[in-house]
Amino acid sequence: MLRLPRFDMVSPTTVDGVVAALQTPGARLVAGGTDILPNLKHRLDRPPVLVDLGRVAELRTIDVDGDVLRIGAGMTLTEVSEHPRVREHFPSLSQAAGLVASPLIRNMGTIGGNVNLDTRCRYVNQTDFWRSAIGGCLKSEGDVCHVVPGGKLCVAAMSSDCVPVLISLGATIVQVGPNGRRELALETFYTADGTQHTAREDGEVSTELRVPLPKGPRRATYSKWSVRGSIDFPLVSVALRIDLAQDAVSSVVQDVVAVVGVLGSRPRVVTRLDDAVGLKLSDPAFATAVATRVHAQCKPLENVPYEAPYRRQMLRVHTRRAIEALVDAG
Amino acid sequence: MVNGEVVQLAVQPHRTLLEMLRYQLDLIGSKQGCDKGDCGACTVQIDGVPRLSCITLALHAEGREITTVEGLGAAHGGCHPLQDAFDRWDAAQCGFCTPGILMSAEALLRKVGGEVTRTQVREALAGNLCRCTGYTKIIDAVVDASRPQAAETDDTSATEEAAQ
Ligand SMILES: Cc1cc2nc3c(=O)[nH]c(=O)nc-3n(C[C@H](O)[C@H](O)[C@H](O)COP(=O)(O)OP(=O)(O)OC[C@H]3O[C@@H](n4cnc5c(N)ncnc54)[C@H](O)[C@@H]3O)c2cc1C
Ligand code: SF4
Ligand code: FES
Ligand code: FES
Repeated sequence: MLRLPRFDMVSPTTVDGVVAALQTPGARLVAGGTDILPNLKHRLDRPPVLVDLGRVAELRTIDVDGDVLRIGAGMTLTEVSEHPRVREHFPSLSQAAGLVASPLIRNMGTIGGNVNLDTRCRYVNQTDFWRSAIGGCLKSEGDVCHVVPGGKLCVAAMSSDCVPVLISLGATIVQVGPNGRRELALETFYTADGTQHTAREDGEVSTELRVPLPKGPRRATYSKWSVRGSIDFPLVSVALRIDLAQDAVSSVVQDVVAVVGVLGSRPRVVTRLDDAVGLKLSDPAFATAVATRVHAQCKPLENVPYEAPYRRQMLRVHTRRAIEALVDAG
Repeated sequence: MVNGEVVQLAVQPHRTLLEMLRYQLDLIGSKQGCDKGDCGACTVQIDGVPRLSCITLALHAEGREITTVEGLGAAHGGCHPLQDAFDRWDAAQCGFCTPGILMSAEALLRKVGGEVTRTQVREALAGNLCRCTGYTKIIDAVVDASRPQAAETDDTSATEEAAQ
């Protein structure tokens, strides 16, 4: 039995009400609760009050707004994954949302919670009793890091399935707080510090994700590997977006974006993919070129289960297989 | 609303729905397994959608309709066709996972509205762990319960009415 610490709860019905409620020092947001409640049961925080997003109707829409698809932060992962507009324009997002945890958690967990998901580490996502045996770490009660001994920065893993995909699709995130509304590229929302891994400012709530509609033919996919086919967080996580000259896999690639998760606290946007641009998507040299860059630039750490060298090798393998699957699908 | 009855209750904000059901309402059908979202033993339905009650705050359920395994058979003379099929197929061994599995499976049958495939059952039950059965008989039972004849043989009054 894992008990929650005591806290108060408020359930505003508007975003303004949420922002007002967040004025209480130490207040935390709860949406689906599938991340924060296990973390509170593990005593990773002791907020005086939880601000519940479950009754804010404004956050529960998906619609096309000009040339972007707006996804309300309160939409569940099941709803995002099954939504006709998401399926039509962003199959890789539908795929990633549909691969999070289990159907039960997808019925509860929201996309807003998924992009604000706390970073994860084998030394921190444990009971306080377990952690007391090692004296905690930078992200809990201690002052050392067990993953990078001597390290001054926590490198707990950004483990969201949707984040690499949303970044690959060029999404922006809308933050509303006491100083009004701001919109920032999701790519710039994450920082390298696992104890404070987003650019969220005090008192802010994420209200929506805005994903630009595709302007031309493209293929996009998400590759996740975990030990079990369900329930588990990703251990290898690669999002790919490939823009094509024509709508065929024999077409020339005009642009390619690869974003990798579950490394440190920030997803990595793989660079120098220009040697893959100009090749045909169906040319095996294209898959090799992308997989080689992903492997060269992404170095998993011992922050989650499974050996880092193995996961690094698998990044290459899963990237190549994901591209081959796109080619096979036509 | 819990299993069709209006319930008024004072609940502390830090109580989970599972704690409220088990320790305040004595509805101990929903099980406390991992208590952190991994196993599915605590699955209940909120407004018809299966969710994990161990990581749902009790206050979240306010004004919403909760169905637990105790309420599953209400519209079927006390025993839902799924429960009958689990009995006939020996789909429960220790039975700890069964209440949660039944709540996930019932939502699937309602969503599909006809005979389900084994793949659909596997996907729908992917958040419910069973440490005993190896799942085969659970899948057999759910597929069987989704067949029209299973419902008819179970509900004799409906068969009689259909015969008249
Ligand atoms: C067994 C298990 C397996 C899991 N597996 C996966 C997995 O495979 N992949 C994966 O990606 N995730 C996984 N998760 C994590 C989690 O279920 C999902 O990431 C989910 O989308 C979180 O959403 P939520 O609404 O439940 O978040 P909550 O728990 O409600 O919130 C998470 C965090 O985000 C903050 N927050 C929530 N909404 C907002 C908002 N609108 N604005 C600002 N901050 C906000 C909260 O304050 C909290 O810090 C798993 C969880 C469990 C328990
Ligand atoms: S990366 Fe280091 S500091 Fe961060 S949670 Fe893990 S052990 Fe703690
Ligand atoms: S007890 Fe709720 S998921 Fe295990
Ligand atoms: S029957 Fe024992 S856990 Fe499923």
